[in-house]
Amino acid sequence: MNSNHRLLLKGNEAAVHGAILAGCECFFGYPITPASEIAHAASELFPKLGRVFLQAESELAAINMVFGAAASGKRAMTASSGLGISLKQEGVSYIATCELPAVIVDIMRAGPGLGNIGPEQSDYNQVVKGGGHGSYKCIVLAPNSAQEMCDLTILAFDLADTYRIPVYVLTDGVIGQMMESVTLSEPKPRKSIPEWALAGTRETRRNVITSIYLAYDDQEKVNLRLQEKYAEIARNEQRFEAHMIDDADLVLVGYGIISRLLISAADILRRKGIKAGVLRPITLFPFPKDVLRSLAKENTSFLCVEMSNGQMVDDIRLSIECSRPVHLYTRMGGNVPSVEEIVNESVKVACNLTIES
Amino acid sequence: MGRKLKFGKPTGFFDVFDRRPGPIKKNMHYCPGCGHGILHKLIAEAIVDLDMRDHMVVISPVGCAVFAYYYFDAGGISVPHGRAPAVATGIIRANPDSFVISYQGDGDLGAIGLNNFLQAANRGENMTVCFVNNAIYGMTSGQMAPTTLIGQKTATSPYGRSVENEGYPLKVSEMVAALESPIYVERVALTTPANIMAARKALRKGLTNMKERRGFSLVEFLSGCPINQKMTAQQVDEWIEKEMIPYFPLGCFKDIAAERKPISRPKPTFDKKKVLNALVSSAGITKWGAKSTVLRKELRVKCAGYGGQGILSLGMMIAAMGQSRDINVSWLPSYGPEMRGGTANCSVVLSNNVIGSPVVQNTNILIAMNQPSMNKFLPDLVDGGILLYDSTNIAPPKTDRRVYAVAASDIAIKLGNIRCANSAIMGAFAACLKGFELEDYEDAFEEAIRQTFRKKKELVELNIKAFHEGRKSVETRNV
Amino acid sequence: MGQTIKKKKKFVVEITVDECKGCGRCVSACPKGILEMTTKVNMMGIVYVEPAKEGCVGCGACFYACPEPGAISVYEIDEADE
Repeated sequence: MNSNHRLLLKGNEAAVHGAILAGCECFFGYPITPASEIAHAASELFPKLGRVFLQAESELAAINMVFGAAASGKRAMTASSGLGISLKQEGVSYIATCELPAVIVDIMRAGPGLGNIGPEQSDYNQVVKGGGHGSYKCIVLAPNSAQEMCDLTILAFDLADTYRIPVYVLTDGVIGQMMESVTLSEPKPRKSIPEWALAGTRETRRNVITSIYLAYDDQEKVNLRLQEKYAEIARNEQRFEAHMIDDADLVLVGYGIISRLLISAADILRRKGIKAGVLRPITLFPFPKDVLRSLAKENTSFLCVEMSNGQMVDDIRLSIECSRPVHLYTRMGGNVPSVEEIVNESVKVACNLTIES
Repeated sequence: MGRKLKFGKPTGFFDVFDRRPGPIKKNMHYCPGCGHGILHKLIAEAIVDLDMRDHMVVISPVGCAVFAYYYFDAGGISVPHGRAPAVATGIIRANPDSFVISYQGDGDLGAIGLNNFLQAANRGENMTVCFVNNAIYGMTSGQMAPTTLIGQKTATSPYGRSVENEGYPLKVSEMVAALESPIYVERVALTTPANIMAARKALRKGLTNMKERRGFSLVEFLSGCPINQKMTAQQVDEWIEKEMIPYFPLGCFKDIAAERKPISRPKPTFDKKKVLNALVSSAGITKWGAKSTVLRKELRVKCAGYGGQGILSLGMMIAAMGQSRDINVSWLPSYGPEMRGGTANCSVVLSNNVIGSPVVQNTNILIAMNQPSMNKFLPDLVDGGILLYDSTNIAPPKTDRRVYAVAASDIAIKLGNIRCANSAIMGAFAACLKGFELEDYEDAFEEAIRQTFRKKKELVELNIKAFHEGRKSVETRNV
Repeated sequence: MGQTIKKKKKFVVEITVDECKGCGRCVSACPKGILEMTTKVNMMGIVYVEPAKEGCVGCGACFYACPEPGAISVYEIDEADE
């Protein structure tokens, strides 16, 4: 790529660039702060390339339009934030059960209720754990830069097609709103129409897409097939970024904007003589359990930093089966913890460690 | 003696309903006398006669027709309650060559999905909605529907629907006919042979409109639900004729298909060059300098003022300057309602290393454009940090930090446009950066101004002028 | 004597008994009153309809009134009549 393909973009805009590079054909969305720039950029760029941008009448409509477009075999996406994602859960459950590929971007804001438009990470549970009704899951990717907003959106489309599953790109308002350099990758060719699609052709005429199975055994079979798929994804797709973890006594764990603060904090902690490292999950489902388990050695302690009430911390504890202490530091309401705060909290945890041992 | 089939099972149906679980593979799942079966037959016949079947997707809604895909030899999809028109929109927008029948009952269309339905109608989507109005919820066993008649007793209106409690029954066709976009709206009844033939004709008209891509057609079918109405098929037909039709009159409410041009949708492009050009041209970067800047250390900059002062653009220009000299940059706004008339601020980080936190808390350079912002952010300025402020409206601060005062607003007003005050103060910022060994800073900033105002080209020269005025006017004053 | 062979159209309605749900819509729809509810039950345990007499005019009213896809078929019979 030549340097002319390096642009200064908001994270939100970068997600749209990624979608276009991935060959996404349809964007259906509804405005919501702090995700609206995704719809803005899509409304500018998709029509330029003859692709579909449609502002839906609601989040419910948007996700169901994605459902229809995905069913017809095209790459399709939507984007929203917290409360909009709550509304989309109905459609996501259908898409997941019908095993259709789709991409949903969630730029998290503060909740619960109407909350405010400041950044939070409090959609973790509703996005990573399924969220809607039924035993389904979605792959969840957690970018922490504008570059990754672009690159992981591309990956999201690929994973969605590989596993026929909805894939979330989940991040906070900071990453969505922040502008950074983004280097564009090579655009992908148009996706060929899958054989299962309702493509409006003689060949696909007898295809059917459904999520209703009246016979209990049939419904159970669908569920078991889904669970097998999730197990396969958990085996194959755990992604993370590690920073100085090999000899770390204190492993800081965080995703999205937090992970960047953690890296700054770990560098400061090392200068203070505390062996800190950072483990950043890039996939939240599948959660990077294997690496966490390998880090749960004697003397290791974990500090999870979240902009939510301790949602991801549960997954860390489950990953290591509570074999080591996992501490939690949270900020909420739109507040982003400062590096100083994290350093102070880490020092506290590290001091207790010393006393313990 | 020969014999020829004149009327028989339409070929739009599967011969054997293999998708239907259980032993019964020739019958449909509907109750005896149900109007859905009558309409299914009309559809199965029409999609073949009109040669639309290969491109057809029939939507199975939530309601009694949830298993419509058991029967039609056409594309099938089962969708969430009320969302058929939204799913249909997704299908035909993604693939304008396909046809969709949005098959919906009165609860699905008139209650839970009314918005999705009306919006699809109002967008003029190229689809045909088959609306089955039987004045009752069938699948959930006989509850009140939006179209339940006044006085009609149902499982959830045991004393009869009342105007006071539930209001009047929803007149869907009349409502849709009042919209501009829909091209064809007709109400028919699946009762007498004559009415069924009229329904057959209306359905074919709707489907033909779709085939010709003329837009949105609605056919409302008054239909019997004998089981939930606790009547025989004959009684329910009489009830429709006597009770329903007087309130829901039959007839064509709108037919302007002939006036409308066929809808055509653009073909998407995936040509690599075109894709990259579209992305790059919208970002507006045309010129890249060499990596000529040496930043001795990471610079964390806070720009603050009130919403109309171009604070976010100021930060963006600084970020664009860094980007154009291959410095790692991040720009983070305080976003949301605040920026619409309230205070606004943004964080810009310039670094030769990977940028950790883009949130500027320990500030190296504070650019303050009004008094409250300066008061708020001055305490965050680190030892050795620099304050730049608009001396037009801010009193000289008491601080031991390095301070540069620039009458940015005055400069801008003199240049004839207060809105270029941000570029004026950026000139002062640029002057400060001399200390950071920015060699070709003037060029870099001019490029940044051009990029930031790429969509308002008439403002470029003004802002460049303001930039240089600001740069020249800087006075150093250690307070 | 020169004879003219005159073709006369004749129709017959057939009920697929096991697909009839006995709603009686066809009975009401038939303009000639050919169809009648029987007192017999089919494989599904439903009292079904059968043609009780000749005289079908091939109008198809019964076919379109019937909610079941294949329960009613109407055939045109070609026969030479002297």
